[in-house]
Amino acid sequence: MSIPPPTPPTNGWRTWIGILLVPVLAIFTALVIGAIIIVATGADVISAYGGLFMGAIGSPRAIAYTLVEATPYIFGGLAVLIGFRAGLFNIGVEGQIAVGSMCAAVVGAFVTLPPGLHAIVAFVAGALGGALWGAIPGWLRARTGAHEVITTIMFNYIAIRSTDYLIKVPFLDKASSSQRTPFIAEGAQIPFLFGADNRLHTGFLIAIVAVIATAWILKRTIIGFEIRTTGANPDAAHYAGMNVPRTIILTMALSGLMAGMAGASQVLGLEHNLKASFSAGYGFDSIAIALLAASNPLGVIPAAIFWGALRNGAGLMQLNSGISINLINIVQALVIAFVAADQIVRQIYRIRSARSAGITLSRGWGR
Amino acid sequence: MPPVLEVRNLTKRFPGITATDAVNFTLEAGEIHAFLGENGAGKSTLMNMLYGLYRPDEGQILLNGHAVQINGANDAIKRGLGMVHQHFMLVPTLTVTENIILGNEVVNGLLIDIASAQQRIRSLAQTFGLDIPVDAIVHDLPVGVQQRVEIVKALYRGADILILDEPTAVLTPQEADDLFVVIKRLKAQGKSIIFISHKLREVLALADRISVLRRGKLVGDTTPAQADEAKLASMMVGRDVVLHIEKHPATPGEVVLDINHLQVADERGNIAVSDVSLQIHRGEIVGIAGVQGNGQTELVAAVTGLIQPLDGTIVVAGADITGQGTNRAIDAGMGHIPEDRQQHGLVLSYSIADNMVLSTYDIAPFATGLVINEAPIAAQATTLVQRFDVRTGSIEALASTLSGGNQQKVVVARELARPLKLLVAAQPTRGLDVGSIEFIHKSIVAERDNGTGVLLVSAELDEILALADRIMVMYRGQIIAEVPGAGADRNQIGLLMAGITSTGATA
Repeated sequence: MSIPPPTPPTNGWRTWIGILLVPVLAIFTALVIGAIIIVATGADVISAYGGLFMGAIGSPRAIAYTLVEATPYIFGGLAVLIGFRAGLFNIGVEGQIAVGSMCAAVVGAFVTLPPGLHAIVAFVAGALGGALWGAIPGWLRARTGAHEVITTIMFNYIAIRSTDYLIKVPFLDKASSSQRTPFIAEGAQIPFLFGADNRLHTGFLIAIVAVIATAWILKRTIIGFEIRTTGANPDAAHYAGMNVPRTIILTMALSGLMAGMAGASQVLGLEHNLKASFSAGYGFDSIAIALLAASNPLGVIPAAIFWGALRNGAGLMQLNSGISINLINIVQALVIAFVAADQIVRQIYRIRSARSAGITLSRGWGR
Repeated sequence: MPPVLEVRNLTKRFPGITATDAVNFTLEAGEIHAFLGENGAGKSTLMNMLYGLYRPDEGQILLNGHAVQINGANDAIKRGLGMVHQHFMLVPTLTVTENIILGNEVVNGLLIDIASAQQRIRSLAQTFGLDIPVDAIVHDLPVGVQQRVEIVKALYRGADILILDEPTAVLTPQEADDLFVVIKRLKAQGKSIIFISHKLREVLALADRISVLRRGKLVGDTTPAQADEAKLASMMVGRDVVLHIEKHPATPGEVVLDINHLQVADERGNIAVSDVSLQIHRGEIVGIAGVQGNGQTELVAAVTGLIQPLDGTIVVAGADITGQGTNRAIDAGMGHIPEDRQQHGLVLSYSIADNMVLSTYDIAPFATGLVINEAPIAAQATTLVQRFDVRTGSIEALASTLSGGNQQKVVVARELARPLKLLVAAQPTRGLDVGSIEFIHKSIVAERDNGTGVLLVSAELDEILALADRIMVMYRGQIIAEVPGAGADRNQIGLLMAGITSTGATA
């Protein structure tokens, strides 16, 4: 029938429960299954999860480390999320991070600038490097219809192998025994917040600002309106006079910009150089963060912190109970499986399907 | 003798709505029983229960006096019920014979006995006056013939009761006349027919009995002798409706749309519009009549900038906008009510308020620089919802929650909200209820009286006749005739829509 009942005006807390319910239950379910696996391997669930918990947030230093771990995921999650909102699936965050880190590392180490300004220029260089690396697949999509899933995967290979070469040959620190670029100038470092001891650096604050900026751009600017309309109904966007190809390129550039900042913040805030085979899978986990955040920019913060906490707590969990760190990968994978296939969670917990205004992750081929 | 079909207290509920509410009716042998109702009145639900696709929540279906439970379409067919859907269920790449025997093959060992099947089909076709080429491939056939194939298919399976769901929606007026002859012939041979329609004129011409559904309830049971169009319309809507729009003669001004030698290809690269030239002046409505699929869609897409024409020029109020995209068309002062409101006209996951600024979001007062201002957007939505009578609880309601009529009102409101020089309205009332049609027609005429030129494209000849000041008939990508709107002869236009010009030759 063609007359669905009108949705009642949504009021505060109900909406929030609706948004949070599935991700929270997905995490809970994944942890329960993780516990079953722990028991099956003959270990003690309490000591394993106790270790995980203490390692993640058991002390101020543990919390700081968790936030450090979370920082690249915040940027990366935003990168993927911005693409989602325009109906684009940017799998190329990994490569964009690689290009961003490379640019930041080179500007940080090989350019001479006044302290402070040097950090800003290096950071911007990293961000722009990522943006450019994202914009190219965007341009290919907009002009030729080449699907961004394919092109960004290919661009990952190009970026990762090229940066590997650049690190090992032209920009290698010959004074060091390990394969990495030279340390960046002290004036190019973005500062630690509470000293080098707990490693929490300004990149985390920049990430928070990026979250707020992304939320604002998407919701309150004409660019955000164009991105959202292109994602929700590209035909209607075209009909309404929007420049859909330009929006696609811009979205991919903005997405790459966030990824580039992830790389820059790691290099300038934490590592202070760029190691060969730096690739840590941040780009791929970022897809998980965006899913967990349900494409809400503010949701990226808790999702990334949760992710960082799992990674950070895994060490103590292993120490306490002898459970392999790999269990965390299983738990993470289960969380994502349950978030992606949220009907499973709804079935288990008998939750009525909410408004099925789901997110379009990506559109069909060759449009 | 009991009626061939009787329905008692048939009720079907869906979450939040009672689709049919204790409906009673009977169908006698050799009777044509028409069901009238707006979209969402419950016609389809009722028929789907008869055809076994839905299980009723309450009530009984009796065939020849025996209560039955119909379990799915196959069961319905076995019990002598046949249905011709609005969208045909034919396999386009198979022949007519193959389509008819599909799922019902006569086998001779391992082989299908085509010859004997064809013999049966021919004799059926002859009995009922249904002329069909048994060896032709279905996709080569005109729509009217495909429909005859559907009818023969139902008869081949032994249908005594035929349900025809909006059978004339896809036909030219002449094809519809042919269909009516067939239906009367079926009736004369003792078949019983349920005829679903929202076209009042047809129902009055054809039916023995008319049942009117409104919001799931049977609100009227009458005969053509006792009813007229106005009475049926007010039964359907529940209030008096104006069927004929009052409008003054047009006072055309200067040219606002000048199309010269336009050539447009369709999605597959075939020429869909060939060498079309036309002019529209301020303050007049030019209607393009034609059966769907004769190039109207491509004409509109090219004029509004959605696609690039192959050749020719499009000038709007002095500005050449040929092939320069939708934004340029909008800037030149064009409004566009698109053919498919859900594909192009709306973002269903957006609020009404956001949909109202879909093409003006980037200009004052809705944006300052790059920043969107929510207050003026909300204020405009509130005004427009009121002015265009959009039935909704809130301007923040999502477009997807609105009925078709209210969705279309949102589109019309948005397009008419900005000052226009030219309005392109493509199928502006397709699938809408009588009340919304009346409102949208009035809005279009009011826009004309404001001095806007209107290009109206519609497959509904009645809509063209009601609104257009000049009528052009489009056939196979060309404008083959132009007639004045006042006093236009529906029969003559109907022939033109089939490509038959006054000399008797096919264009």
